[in-house]
Amino acid sequence: MKVYKCRVIVRGFAEGNPLISNKPINLLTIDENGFINDFTSSLKGLSVSNKVLIFPNAIGSSVGAYRLYALKTKNKAPKAIVCTKNTDIITASAAALADIPLVDKVENYEDMLSMMNENRVVKVDAYKGLIEIVS
Amino acid sequence: MHLTKEEEEALDGKYGRALALAYRVLVAIGEATEAERLVNVNWAHISGVNYNTIGDAGINFLEDLVKDESAKVMIKATLNPTGYDPNKSEEIDSEFLEKQSRINKAYEKLGVTLSYTCIPYEAFDINQFAKKGSYVSVAESNAAIYVNSVVGLLTNKESAISALASALTGKAPLSRLRIKENRNAKLCVEVKYEMKDELDYGLLGYFAGKLNEDCIAFEGIKQESIFSNEPNSVANVKALCSALGTSGSVGMFTLSYRKVKERYEFNKIEANKIKDELSNADRGDVILFGSPQLGLNDLSRLSNMLMGRKFKKRCIAFCARSVYMKAKKIGLVDKLENSNVSIYCDCCSCLTPLITKDKYDSVITNSVKAAYYLRNWNKVDVCLASMKNIVENESI
Repeated sequence: MKVYKCRVIVRGFAEGNPLISNKPINLLTIDENGFINDFTSSLKGLSVSNKVLIFPNAIGSSVGAYRLYALKTKNKAPKAIVCTKNTDIITASAAALADIPLVDKVENYEDMLSMMNENRVVKVDAYKGLIEIVS
Repeated sequence: MHLTKEEEEALDGKYGRALALAYRVLVAIGEATEAERLVNVNWAHISGVNYNTIGDAGINFLEDLVKDESAKVMIKATLNPTGYDPNKSEEIDSEFLEKQSRINKAYEKLGVTLSYTCIPYEAFDINQFAKKGSYVSVAESNAAIYVNSVVGLLTNKESAISALASALTGKAPLSRLRIKENRNAKLCVEVKYEMKDELDYGLLGYFAGKLNEDCIAFEGIKQESIFSNEPNSVANVKALCSALGTSGSVGMFTLSYRKVKERYEFNKIEANKIKDELSNADRGDVILFGSPQLGLNDLSRLSNMLMGRKFKKRCIAFCARSVYMKAKKIGLVDKLENSNVSIYCDCCSCLTPLITKDKYDSVITNSVKAAYYLRNWNKVDVCLASMKNIVENESI
């Protein structure tokens, strides 16, 4: 299957189904079970829990970083995060604290997104800087 | 990102677990923002205090952190609002009180100044610990945008965790808005809408924040309507900063728009669209002012609008403790309390435990930021109106 190069921000390895968003997320609106609760977002009702979260970047509250950390302590955090724009400070600091593999600057990311849907399985190698669509 | 030998050693844990974690965070955000190195910062403003925002995981993290001897702030560090006013805690349940107290104690142990304010630029003379042009690390989004745009300090829009890391190390990555060239706007919002009051500036901020750039310019705003000490101007710029920080990742704005090519228009249609999205009630059971917290200017503005009239329903105004003390001295607190305004210190509208769906169906506020979080988190309906309209309609 296809492999895409990317840049590593927080090292680690993960495999799972993707949650793909072309819109930024205010992480403070994610509830304790991982569901996005933002009434202004088209993602309302979706869960980031145990997914490979693929999104442009986090927005809004500086406290959103704690929300990802809280999810991690309950084993409900995203398995890995892929930022399709520039990784923001909220996401990077949260991933570093919670030890969530984090990559960005995906080569041909538009091609990658076109190959992706929520039933696919994605492998993020945040040591080598590779994203593989496994199945 | 290049680290000095000492920074490498700290990252490897030579100086303790807390410093190692702080450097791990700084390295991650440094890599993410393509910093070449870390620089010394003079001041950090830390968010992540209200129990409703950081929860049990946050308490456990902070309590574990302070067990390490290296967990002490190295620079002046101030703190965002806590969850409640200790002098008015009757409505707060005992579990919240106990948990909030543990958070406050952990920050105290770190050596953080327990300022409990989201308007450090009004609550303190910032110049005492950070001169114009110096590097700082500010997490609270409205304050980061304000100190970059109005005060002339250099910070990125930090997270609760990254500002804490800066407080513990005295360092932050030299990247994005800490670099002079990046403080020129890349896109411009042309304001083609008659900006009447602070609510309009809030709607503008919410619109512009979504454009997701580090620095944006505004064309069509008069300098004196946001950059003067006149009370309406102060209210306008605070509304603008807090709404910008709510909807996006903008960390700074400027009125230097001439050279900016990429342009967007903010007009009546856009303003109404945002108001319709955020404001879903035409009335409210309770009035809230203060997200960000009110300063002395805001309190006197409210008092001047009321002119002795009284609110017909409960009205809560959140302000910084230092502001309250000054207001008390000049008789402003008494005046406002006589008008049925309850002034709460150390906390603010955002994620306040005072507002629950059990007690209230709807809230009236002039704050776009409060509207967004009250609906998302407190799950109440919101009626957005300017302070002037609220006073006119809700007081006798």
